[in-house]
Amino acid sequence: MRIEDLSSVILTLVTFLPLAGGLLLMLFPRRDRDIRIFALVISLLTFAVSLHLPVHFRRGLAGFQFEIDRPWVSTPNIHYHMGIDGISLWLVVLTTFLTPLCVLISWTSIHERVKEFFILLLIMETALIGVFTSLDLFLFYFFWEATLIPMALLIGIFGHERKVYAAIKFFMYTMIASVFMLAAILWLYAHTGSFDFVVIREQIASGGVPGFPAAGQWLFLGFFLAFAVKVPLFPFHTWLPDAHVEAPTAGSVLLAGVLLKMGTYGLLRFNLGLFPEQSRHNAPWVMTLALIGIIYGALVAMVQPNMKKLIAYSSVSHLGFVVLGIFSFTQAGLDGAMFVMLAHGISTGALFMLAGILHERRHTYEISEFGGLASPLPVYSASFLVIVLASAGLPLLNGFIGEFLVLSGAFQAKPIYGILGATGVIWSAVYLLWMYQRVFYGKVTHAVNNSLSDLSGFEKWAVWPCAAAALVMGVAPIVWLAAIDPAVQGALTPFVRVASRVVGQ
Amino acid sequence: MMAALVPFYSHALPQSGDYVRILPEIVLSFFGMVVMAMEPLLDERTGQKVLGLIALVGALAGTGATWFMAQAPGLAFWNMVRVDGFSVFFHVLVMAIAVVVILSSYEYMAVQRIRAGEYYALILFGTVGMALMSSAVELVLIFIALEISSISSYVLTGFRQHEAASAEASLKYFLLGSFATAFFLYGVALMFGATGSTNIDQISAALRAGPIPLLAFVAVAFMFVGLGFKVAAAPFHVWTPDVYEGAPAPIVGLMSTAPKAAAFAVLLRIVFVINVPGRLWLIWISAALSMTLGNVSALVQNNVKRLLAYSSIAHAGYLLVAFAAAPEMGTSAAMFYTASYAAMNLGAFAVVSHFANAGERYVTLEDYEGLGRSSPLLAATLTIFLLSLIGIPMTGGFFAKFYVFSAAVKAHLIWLTIIGVLNSGIGAYYYLRIIVVMYMRESRKAVPVSRIPFPLGVALAACISATIYLGIFPGRVLQYAQDSAQQLVRQSLPVPEPEPASPSSAPVSAVREPL
Repeated sequence: MRIEDLSSVILTLVTFLPLAGGLLLMLFPRRDRDIRIFALVISLLTFAVSLHLPVHFRRGLAGFQFEIDRPWVSTPNIHYHMGIDGISLWLVVLTTFLTPLCVLISWTSIHERVKEFFILLLIMETALIGVFTSLDLFLFYFFWEATLIPMALLIGIFGHERKVYAAIKFFMYTMIASVFMLAAILWLYAHTGSFDFVVIREQIASGGVPGFPAAGQWLFLGFFLAFAVKVPLFPFHTWLPDAHVEAPTAGSVLLAGVLLKMGTYGLLRFNLGLFPEQSRHNAPWVMTLALIGIIYGALVAMVQPNMKKLIAYSSVSHLGFVVLGIFSFTQAGLDGAMFVMLAHGISTGALFMLAGILHERRHTYEISEFGGLASPLPVYSASFLVIVLASAGLPLLNGFIGEFLVLSGAFQAKPIYGILGATGVIWSAVYLLWMYQRVFYGKVTHAVNNSLSDLSGFEKWAVWPCAAAALVMGVAPIVWLAAIDPAVQGALTPFVRVASRVVGQ
Repeated sequence: MMAALVPFYSHALPQSGDYVRILPEIVLSFFGMVVMAMEPLLDERTGQKVLGLIALVGALAGTGATWFMAQAPGLAFWNMVRVDGFSVFFHVLVMAIAVVVILSSYEYMAVQRIRAGEYYALILFGTVGMALMSSAVELVLIFIALEISSISSYVLTGFRQHEAASAEASLKYFLLGSFATAFFLYGVALMFGATGSTNIDQISAALRAGPIPLLAFVAVAFMFVGLGFKVAAAPFHVWTPDVYEGAPAPIVGLMSTAPKAAAFAVLLRIVFVINVPGRLWLIWISAALSMTLGNVSALVQNNVKRLLAYSSIAHAGYLLVAFAAAPEMGTSAAMFYTASYAAMNLGAFAVVSHFANAGERYVTLEDYEGLGRSSPLLAATLTIFLLSLIGIPMTGGFFAKFYVFSAAVKAHLIWLTIIGVLNSGIGAYYYLRIIVVMYMRESRKAVPVSRIPFPLGVALAACISATIYLGIFPGRVLQYAQDSAQQLVRQSLPVPEPEPASPSSAPVSAVREPL
């Protein structure tokens, strides 16, 4: 098969391979070992296939690549339209990269209902990839909603004490917020006759949508609400700590690593892409919320006695950076936002894995239960340190690049945003390093901790790829930015147009 | 002499083609009578099996007969019956529901020790009424069909003879139901007074011809009350939870789908073909109320049957949203919704009735605790139906809601759409509660779950495949619904004059003359 032939079906393949694996898994007898191995094989295979995308991705192009566009339902005019650009490319790869690690980290920690767990995990992967590859608004909404069920079940079945509460809270928050997006999508369809993102974007840009000037603000808000809850932006974040604390490790990894990115991806793709004028109009308060999120998230993280909750609130803070970068409407800001998304996916995913490893040994996340772990667990604490530093934004590791770019973008937009945002970097160093100090340094405070076992083989294979990725991303960000940059430029062109129109007046 | 009589007879008697156009009804009635006639000849145990089989064959034969009916589109019996894509759609739907209900009744009959003869016969007779409702275009015939279907439902509701709740439900349903049908009949009478006809096409023509008399508004309101009761739309929904709780579970599956579908078919014809005056606000309010009251009340229910009863009120509300939309999109969206709602709701009730066991003992949420572990298959099946009821992608329920709201947005009913989507968000909570107790709680009491018998398995498989098929490949069914909706709407337009743009045609021709 020639490469060109493969390129037209590659997205379908990457998206549905995990689902096919999950369906096959349903037929398996309940032999846990086989199920784990099969899930690992499928997820690794998906990762390998998905590497076709960055390898054959034509850098320097702003448009969508690997496109496939087939009619699915004739009326309403729904298309099976998939395609990726530099923005979604790396998010797809991030998803396929993290899933095998989730399988590895769950190898021993999940020992009941193993089959259901891995089926849900694989279905989840398909839904997540689908969100990033869909270019038809209907298809996008389809996958968007489809992520809810497996995640809610993963939390609710395999979680900790208050799992049911957390699962329902997660589900209801996202569900209710996303119905507003549905209403907005329906409005767009009713007035443009298409669900196709590209078509709708062009129609709106050329002013060919009747009633749009009046409805634009509401449409912006409809999409914004759905995405803001998912991100989560400051006042909508309360589901996140609950969901994270109760979720099983793999659930947390996917939740923080990929699921939250659905929100920021949506803001970037749809809010900026479809409603540039409204985005600019609303930017001041959105950026204010992002800044509140950065600082508030960091301060709350600092005082958490629970390690997992601390990491959860750190996500609120980090994702605030992403939103800040997106709504700065500058090249650097958007590049940085994309990079923070990826970096946060890797480092926070790894942090959750590491917290989960500790929980598996001690069945607690309380920081006060630990102390001086560096001597009984040397490998573990060294890995932890790398990830913590990456997350705190140490130069040469991945966190730094993104935050730096976001802040320089924010400075360009308005210096005060940059100044306030920059304090977030300091705070993140404070809460992460302080946590590290309390858990790993000093004398062993609890005698039980002396006898803890260090990282097992599976755990090493789950954590170290993340550490390696953090390092490579920090040293050679250009590999990623080369694809991101043109796409971001493309996303920013309407803003240049808007700006020039303002100047022209 | 004879030769002189032939034209007279051929005019006065129905033609042979007319019988083909009600062939499904004839077949169903025939099998219903066979069941009744066979019943005294058989003892109870063999009777259940044999009669059930006959009823099943009857329902399948009726579905087959629909094919012949579909080959002969047109009017029959002096313009009282119309066979078109629309009526074929509802015929197939109603009879498919009957097949599934009969299949899921086998086990129930054996466990609950119900005499089978009347039960199966009444299902078939009820189906006759419902099928006829979808093809009747004469208000009096619609009324008769409505009565055939309603009376069967009243009796079927009371079939758990040893239960007080069942008798109570039956009586309640009967009293309120006859009241509602009386409203409908009164509406028909007023409509006759206003337009001088009970034929839908003629009423439509009369209403278009001149200023709409006040009486017509009143007539429409009365008819809406009667039909609103049948579809359990608020504020005529109060009977639903009690009746659903008391009635035998398979019958609830039937009642919550087939008569509703038929009543919606009638409503569609009345609303869109007659193009009734003042429909928008009537339907707007009823839809908003049904969705909100249904969902909010369902949030606090602990009995699964009651919960599903309130959910069906909410779904009637979603469906009514389509009636407020433009004729063509509204009709096709409503048709699609009825079909996918039938599949998922029937399936849910089939699971509930199997799980309830003898005497319908296990119907509360606590009984469902840990079902995911004790009977994974049953739990997974119910989960699919519940997800579809929520409206999660890849299920029929998702597309159904999607089309309905899409039609509403297209008709600029933004607020109704927002109420609707918000409601479907809220509604997710109580369906989710069932899933949560099944999978995420440990069972506190031992609930015996018997194996799924073969006929029920077939019924469930049919419902699941229909739910998923409609969720992934909605195109064909939707296309069919759209075609027949177009046909239906076109009927309502005045055929000979294709120029509705100008109010009076004379000046136009006067202008054209010189050119």
